[in-house]
Amino acid sequence: MSRSSVLRTPLLSLRFQPRAVAVSALCALVAAGLAVALIGSGDFPMSPADVIRTLAGQGTPADSLIVNEIRLPRAATALAVGAALGLAGAVFQSLTRNELGSPDVLGFTSGASTGVLTAIVLFGGGTAAASAGAVAGGVATGALIFLVAGRDGLHGQRLILVGVGFTAILTGVNGYLLTKAEIVDAARAVLWLTGSLDGRDFGDSGPLLIALAVLGPLIMIGCGRAVRMLEMGDDAAHGLGVPIERVRTLLLAAAVLLTAFAAAAAGPVAFVALTAPQVARRLTRAHGPNLLPAACTGAALLVAADWIAQHAFGDRGLPVGVVTGLVGGGYLVWLLVTQRKTGRI
Amino acid sequence: MAASDARLTGAGLTLAYDRRTVASGLDVAIPDGSFTVIVGPNACGKSTLLRALARILKPAAGTIVLDGEPIAGWPAKRLARTLGLLPQSSIAPEGITVADLVARGRYPHQGLLRQWSREDERVVRESMAATGVADLADRTVDELSGGQRQRVWIAMALAQETPILLLDEPTTYLDIAHQMEVLDLCARLHEEGRTIVAVLHDLNHAARYATHMIAMRRGSVVAEGAPGDVVTAGLVERVFGLPCTVIPCPETGSPLVVPSARGRTAVPG
Repeated sequence: MSRSSVLRTPLLSLRFQPRAVAVSALCALVAAGLAVALIGSGDFPMSPADVIRTLAGQGTPADSLIVNEIRLPRAATALAVGAALGLAGAVFQSLTRNELGSPDVLGFTSGASTGVLTAIVLFGGGTAAASAGAVAGGVATGALIFLVAGRDGLHGQRLILVGVGFTAILTGVNGYLLTKAEIVDAARAVLWLTGSLDGRDFGDSGPLLIALAVLGPLIMIGCGRAVRMLEMGDDAAHGLGVPIERVRTLLLAAAVLLTAFAAAAAGPVAFVALTAPQVARRLTRAHGPNLLPAACTGAALLVAADWIAQHAFGDRGLPVGVVTGLVGGGYLVWLLVTQRKTGRI
Repeated sequence: MAASDARLTGAGLTLAYDRRTVASGLDVAIPDGSFTVIVGPNACGKSTLLRALARILKPAAGTIVLDGEPIAGWPAKRLARTLGLLPQSSIAPEGITVADLVARGRYPHQGLLRQWSREDERVVRESMAATGVADLADRTVDELSGGQRQRVWIAMALAQETPILLLDEPTTYLDIAHQMEVLDLCARLHEEGRTIVAVLHDLNHAARYATHMIAMRRGSVVAEGAPGDVVTAGLVERVFGLPCTVIPCPETGSPLVVPSARGRTAVPG
């Protein structure tokens, strides 16, 4: 259990949990450090000092080209995708009051994949079309799932079950689309579906960065305190003056958008949204949705996974989605086993 | 109906879940400063009425008026500063301490820049003292007994500092001693000037603590008034279908319902 601290001035009073702030700062630092290491590694290695100097605009023209044009976009994409998925996962898990309530399980990720496959296989689209397909697919699936789950089903078990159903259907659709594809398109689609950061530039991650800049504060500052109240049940939150319908709809829409834009930037990177909020909660030891810690943890996890993907398997890098799948899936199994022992699942 | 001395009233209410109508043509007025208890058999619509009064359930027809304005138009936080609610079931976040949970009652008084004022601190401390949970402040809610936990939830509702407090079956799942403890606490809060509205299962508890009773059956108000007028053998038979004798409680003098022995008809009372 972590304690709260209060910051008071005559005009305002802020209440925060020092441990949660420390965890967020630490994870953000780890994420930034790993990003610098990632930028400094490759065929043309650079020391962290050189990387930071170049990022600050003090580097040689050659360094500047490599860092700012090639490697920074990829690292920035990794950070943004990780933060977006961590934050979206924390929102979904809090609203469904279920540790499995992540976009992977709820079907939005599969929907984004369907969008990508449709763009590549049916329309022969390039990277931009695939990105647009991911956003469209994710958002459309979100709208459909909310429609089917209904107004009363926007929380808890029902949303998860509807999501699992949709995931099954969409997996079938995705398999069908793949079999229809030309071999070149299929190879491209599979790489995309694994989740990869190879060759990402600001064109890919730009929309996500904008979404994160708008929706991040909206979720964390605008709705952060209401989310905590919602955890006590709808009636209790209502009694405390939370406009529950409005807050929940806003949060779900924002989280679906973050997931969809993340998928557009790097493909459906598996398990980060599921794992990051839970790692964050174990680090902060704080009740509540842990929104900011989850976002920071997500960013650190994804950059770490990308570092492993690029460097732990020799010269041939792996798509980052393979690593997050292995690590995230392993973590989930570990969680289920240990939670079973404590009798919670 | 004496609407003049009631801040909270409902007129021509039809209450329904989806297409299932629970009550129709319902008129209620909660006398200001009363300890009103709503009683009735299972599924008579008493909890539904309370939920409508708390604006959790939107009436299919009719209006609920608080301080002269329909509650449908009240902003959420303003409503939560006037009308507190203790729902039937709430979820304590895992690992939350008593003090942190009670502090959440201050939500309707807070904002982005005013998250934890000295006023908040004082009210939370007083709410915990009033409900006798001050000693538990640093304990986690998970490790408390049922009675303690209920007092913590009441403390949270108290921290809202509302003149009206609605409680949905606050004694359910508690043993008799803890039921009395919770009801004594409600009575004390009433004496301090709050209007209390509670749904209770136990008629004898209702008759003992209420200053005003509303008896419901099949979605209609069958009787209302002082416990002595409402709790009669005839009414209990009519509302609950239970033959009984009503005697004065030896402890308080309030009506005490004694169900008839098997196979015997009730003594007219």
